[in-house]
Amino acid sequence: MEQMAKPLTKNIRPDRAFATLADYESTGGYEGLRKAITQLQPKDVQQWVKDAGLRGRGGAGFSTGLKWSLVPMDAESFQTRYLVVNADEMEPGTFKDRLLLERDPHQLLEGIIIAAYAIQAHVAYIFLRGEYHLAALRLENALLEAGSKGYLGKNILDSGFNLEIILHTSAGRYICGEETALLNALEGKRANPRAKPPFPLVSGLWGKPTVINNVETLCNVPHILHYGIEWYRSLALGADQGTKLFGASGRVKNPGLWELPMGTPIREIIEEYAGGMRDGYKLRGFLPGGASTDFMLPEHLDVVMDFDAIAKAGSRMGTGTLIILDDLTCPVQMVLNLEEFFAQESCGWCTPCRDGLPWTVTLLKDIIAGQGRMEDLDALSGLTRMLGPGNTFCALAPGAMEPLQSALKYFREDFERYITGNNAVMESV
Amino acid sequence: MNIHTEKPDFEGLSPAEIQEINAEFSHYEDKTAVSIEALKIVQKHRGWVSDECLVAVAGLLDISTAQLEGVATFYNLIYRQPVGKTVIHYCNSVTCWMLGAEQVRERLCRHLNVELGEMSADGEYTILPIVCLGACDHAPVVMVGNELRQDISDDAVNEILRR
Amino acid sequence: MARIEIDGESYEVEDGDNLLSACLSLGLDLPYFCWHPAMGSAGACRQCAVIQYKDAEDSRGRLVMACMTPVTGSMRVSIAAEQAREFRSDNIELLMINHPHDCPVCEEGGECHLQDMTVMTGHTFRRYRGRKRTHNNQNLGPFINHEMNRCIACYRCVRFYGEYAGGHDLQVFGVHNNVYFGRFEDGALESEFSGNLVEVCPTGVFTDKTFSAHYSRKWDLQTAPSICVHCSLGCNIAPGERYGELRRVINRYNGDVNGYFLCDRGRFGYGFVNSPERIRKPLLKGHPEITAAMAEKHFHDVLKAAKATIGIGSPRASLEANFALRTLVGEENFFLGLDDTEHTLLETITGMMRNGGIHSPSLREVEQADAVLILGEDVTHSAPRLALSLRQAARNAAFALAGTMHIPLWQDASIRQIQSQARSPLFIASICATRLDDIATDTYQGGPEDIARLGFAIAHHLNHESPEPAGLGNAENSLAAAVAAGLKLAKRPLIVSGTSCSSLAVIQAAYNVAKALPGQNPQLTFTMPECNSLGLAIMGGKRLQQAFERMNENLADSVIILENDLYRRAPGPNVDLFLKTAAHAVVIDSLINATAEKAGLQLPAAAFAESEGTLVNNEGRAQRFFPVYPAPEPARGSWQWLTGALENFQWRHHDDLTAACAITFPALAAITGVSPGADYTIKGCKIPRQPHRYSGRTAMHSDINVREPGQPHDAETPFSFSMEGAMAQVPPGLLPVIWAPGWDSNQSINKFQEETGGHLRDGDAGVRLIEKSGSLEWFRDIPAAFKPQQEVWRIIRLPHIFGSEELSLHSPSIAERLSSSCLFMNPLDAGTLGVSAGEQVAIINLAGSPEDSARDEDELIDLEENSVLEIVAQIDKTLPRGLLVITAGLPEFQFINYWTQVTLKKIHQEGLS
Ligand SMILES: Cc1cc2nc3c(=O)[nH]c(=O)nc-3n(C[C@H](O)[C@H](O)[C@H](O)COP(=O)(O)O)c2cc1C
Ligand code: SF4
Ligand code: FES
Repeated sequence: MEQMAKPLTKNIRPDRAFATLADYESTGGYEGLRKAITQLQPKDVQQWVKDAGLRGRGGAGFSTGLKWSLVPMDAESFQTRYLVVNADEMEPGTFKDRLLLERDPHQLLEGIIIAAYAIQAHVAYIFLRGEYHLAALRLENALLEAGSKGYLGKNILDSGFNLEIILHTSAGRYICGEETALLNALEGKRANPRAKPPFPLVSGLWGKPTVINNVETLCNVPHILHYGIEWYRSLALGADQGTKLFGASGRVKNPGLWELPMGTPIREIIEEYAGGMRDGYKLRGFLPGGASTDFMLPEHLDVVMDFDAIAKAGSRMGTGTLIILDDLTCPVQMVLNLEEFFAQESCGWCTPCRDGLPWTVTLLKDIIAGQGRMEDLDALSGLTRMLGPGNTFCALAPGAMEPLQSALKYFREDFERYITGNNAVMESV
Repeated sequence: MNIHTEKPDFEGLSPAEIQEINAEFSHYEDKTAVSIEALKIVQKHRGWVSDECLVAVAGLLDISTAQLEGVATFYNLIYRQPVGKTVIHYCNSVTCWMLGAEQVRERLCRHLNVELGEMSADGEYTILPIVCLGACDHAPVVMVGNELRQDISDDAVNEILRR
Repeated sequence: MARIEIDGESYEVEDGDNLLSACLSLGLDLPYFCWHPAMGSAGACRQCAVIQYKDAEDSRGRLVMACMTPVTGSMRVSIAAEQAREFRSDNIELLMINHPHDCPVCEEGGECHLQDMTVMTGHTFRRYRGRKRTHNNQNLGPFINHEMNRCIACYRCVRFYGEYAGGHDLQVFGVHNNVYFGRFEDGALESEFSGNLVEVCPTGVFTDKTFSAHYSRKWDLQTAPSICVHCSLGCNIAPGERYGELRRVINRYNGDVNGYFLCDRGRFGYGFVNSPERIRKPLLKGHPEITAAMAEKHFHDVLKAAKATIGIGSPRASLEANFALRTLVGEENFFLGLDDTEHTLLETITGMMRNGGIHSPSLREVEQADAVLILGEDVTHSAPRLALSLRQAARNAAFALAGTMHIPLWQDASIRQIQSQARSPLFIASICATRLDDIATDTYQGGPEDIARLGFAIAHHLNHESPEPAGLGNAENSLAAAVAAGLKLAKRPLIVSGTSCSSLAVIQAAYNVAKALPGQNPQLTFTMPECNSLGLAIMGGKRLQQAFERMNENLADSVIILENDLYRRAPGPNVDLFLKTAAHAVVIDSLINATAEKAGLQLPAAAFAESEGTLVNNEGRAQRFFPVYPAPEPARGSWQWLTGALENFQWRHHDDLTAACAITFPALAAITGVSPGADYTIKGCKIPRQPHRYSGRTAMHSDINVREPGQPHDAETPFSFSMEGAMAQVPPGLLPVIWAPGWDSNQSINKFQEETGGHLRDGDAGVRLIEKSGSLEWFRDIPAAFKPQQEVWRIIRLPHIFGSEELSLHSPSIAERLSSSCLFMNPLDAGTLGVSAGEQVAIINLAGSPEDSARDEDELIDLEENSVLEIVAQIDKTLPRGLLVITAGLPEFQFINYWTQVTLKKIHQEGLS
């Protein structure tokens, strides 16, 4: 059944309208919640989600059920726990959460309520990107609807469980998507990330145990509860479980977003769903999951969209939205565009990121302007090492280095052509 | 020995603004958390956050002006300078860049005869870049006020500015 | 303790410490910026990278930030590994991208942590070809320069200023590589601890503006260990001199007292030493051309001719100077020179400290207190550095909670994050709002009697043997119960009180609370007005009032006043009469003041930076200050004027005097151990006050004489006025300048500590004179509650950090920050008078007015009547009704007595023209 194969998007209609509460309920909406809250203990819900094999859709792919199970549930000093929804989606090339937020808000709400129940949080915040005005409207509306039907608020479905969901809209900074920076933003502070450990699970929002989950992650939860672990584990094709929103943007015939089984081959996404390259363009490479993932090449088309498979091919699944590089777009200029983004979005806390990214931009600009030197390429590779994982305070800068390091590896001749002056005129973009 | 003035510090905000900000307090463990929302409320009413308003909001939130300014200057969508009635944000991130964001920007700026960040002579518009608006499958995109506009062609730019 | 391996060597380190701190404690060189021993780790600068190996087999390891890595047993790390070295050098390269190459004109140059670290990492070659970002600077007031282009964004300034010191007006603005550290707008930094930015900033963003005005490189300054003279805490300082002028004061580390930080009065108050108001030559009324020798002879003649000479000592003069005076005039003629109430309070406090059986804590111990009650003090103003320590003490509950959550104690931001859930109890009872109220669990404002009553009630709740105040209100009673409950739970409770309220009852209540505390470790600390208040009180002597009587009764006919302006101590007319009655009045002081002006003979005394002596701080710790440079002739140490006048001239040297003082006063016996004497040498050499790179010695006086003068001889201390001498093996507590190879900045202190942030190796300077012993009875004199009367107000003088202390008043930068000379009143009181903030009022019915002191004798009659001061009124809604607060010590208020009853009148606009 189509519906069962595409649980996340089954209510999303092509006409851009959104699913009302009635629409949502008519396809089994809030049944997962009913089951969880009336039949299962919080610990059981955690176990279900763990057993289903759901991994975080925010980029890092951490087991969601495991994350929940690490929250201190009994410690007396922590009466308060929080659930925070990461709806900050700001990674260039990523456009998956907006769809879920705008078109089926109840699916997210149901996921939130179940998750909150699982960790016994009584307040949940949706940290929504400030630019997502339509999503904000629809969420507000959905919150009212859910409240009036007893899915939210006090004594939810007569279970004795209470939950308040608060919609918080941000004011624009990519770093707010980093979970600990997000907490600072939510507390009304500058969104510098926090040191880990302590992890938010132990000391998060206002120092209280806090779970942070991505929108898409939580949207999976109601279906796991409603249809069961076995069903969920039957959805995927490869090593990971469930379905995922995959997308493609750039010069493909049919850019878009599709819910597909985990483990779908990249070739299928680009060639079938996205319709292949536009006439007159050839595929040069792609970023598999947003701006902060390593380039992959046409030779990688048969890699499947699984966390580990993509890691093995030298990149990351990230957000699962492909950015396509065609043969007439200059990879050096594309990397410059990405690095300008990262340099601008650096929070300014740690040295390598704050000062290394602008230097990266300067070097790339010099190179493109014909003022580069061969040793600049060494400087760039040096920076990719220096700003690598573990060396900076958070994962922003290492993410920023992924497209650069792979571009230096795969498209080195494009960099060198600028420096040696043998640059055939590229299509100006 | 503190010199206490009789006037409340948050004088200068409208009753509506104060009410909206006060209403936010119940959502958080402390007042500081309302910082960003409060600035956005002021901005909703006035288009931008003047120094006077910043001081007033800080007073209402019981934090120092400097602390609030530290927050205000961190975030992208808080304007500490006047902007046009409608802010047009054009996405300059990777996919839009690939598919013509620069042309969109040029056309917008030329049309209004402004540089980025400037207010058009009639005070109607300000053009600003913005990072990926999450609609890459419809690049290039712009946000006109609060409204997302996708697949922006030359005609679409003209249509936006004609309104 | 844990055994770890660093670059193949095995070391013992403190378990749970962070690796950076552990490495520095071991004396290893590892660069860092954002970490600070007092502020913990931030992980921002990424400079402290090292390689950590998984196990003995691992040969690649991974890069970690040492400051964010807990030390664990058998860990293996490398500082020297190539990958780590390269990272550290590359990191400096990034920091230097925007840093200007302005070291030649930068005041940090030569003591710059950034310079040190750049050299240490070996980054020497610039690859960046772009432009540097630039910033505008701000005017931050009289103390601090701002040069933002030099910023390397280590975030230490805001972490110190906001988080450590509780300031609100210094912040970071902007994002990415455009972060700006400053104020919302130009203006003086509000924190009383802003001066520490100069030392906290690792480069030249924040520098000392008062030093700029007469700048010299660190290596060109002559320095000696010294003690701050601007309050009773006795912070250790390192004043620097060049060309006979005191150029600056910086912090001198003392692990027990001030640690890394000073207050702004201590740092910037030094300007009085260079003041035009210094007494530079002897002055004999009617003999304008007198030489020093003539003045000295005259002084001796006066003493010989006198029937009896009264000696008035001083709480801002050293023990030795006071002792010399006491010896010179005889015990029966020695008077302490204190305000009468203060005399009582200090005597009482001394008795409590010596015989009360309660521990008097050092500032380090204050920081470890886990519950605090402040009774009647706004410590930021009465003992500023103590406020900084109390602010840290309030964090102890968060540290305890962090322990249970397995958050390391150096993980600064994480602990601040949980601070709202766990704050150590701090209760403040004071006259009006204080600067620590923001971290207080509860506050109470009332008149001195009410504060005392609250204290007695708390004591009673803790122990029913302690007497209970009668008729206490319900609110006060339940507050007292809550405070008692908070204190009872503590392991290291601390009671803070002092002389600010001028109330004996407050001090006695504080004692009762401390005595009533259960457990073994109650602590009680008192703030006092001056740098040697406690020393003078321990020495003991009669009251100033008695000196006046003695003179009146004609039992004495001359007086020597040692470093004391009596107009700050007693009503003007009384002092007038006293000085007028004396046939001879001799003043030995460094600054001209109202008393000196009236004296027949003024003898120029060396200031603290030009002389030596022992001071006893409020803790009971005796500490020695040493001359930084020789007193400019003919000024000399007060003690030298005095011992020179002794019949048999038995104490030629300061050490002799110290020894005699120690013998005379058993309570002071330990002062001979405070510091080695003048005969102390290291391998036969004295300790040089000038650094080994001191420059220009052969030329610096060539405008006067082309021959290089011999270096002045110092017969009184272990130090020499030269650059020659023992550099190595100087006990850290005696080091004039902190300096180690590769470490030109103040951060080199880690080379002299037992462990980072710990005690100095060979011990911190100073000797505690008092350890707890004995026990006193409960104090039972509980005052009645303060009742405001109709149309009568009581004047309360409260200390202010800028304005109340005599010497710093003469510092130009402090003068710019003086507290306002206005009158604070309760809004309701203002309402009944129809006065609003900023309007003028007249204070009527004072005990004397400034004009009085100039009046002739017959005019002094009826001085009670109708004295008037016109003054601006300000409103303080936290001030109880019936009280009027003025700043203690401001010259314009000097004649207003404490607790004077006055009436007020609004001055109408017409009356002002
Ligand atoms: C710089 C940066 C930006 C991020 N932005 C987002 C984001 O916009 N949305 C998101 O869900 N996760 C984002 N993440 C990942 C989050 O830190 C976090 O891993 C995620 O929200 C966890 O949710 P999940 O376990 O459900 O995936 C970002 C991480 C980094 C380092
Ligand atoms: S101003 Fe100084 S202390 Fe502050 S961040 Fe810059 S370099 Fe560090
Ligand atoms: S000192 Fe370790 S990161 Fe700054």
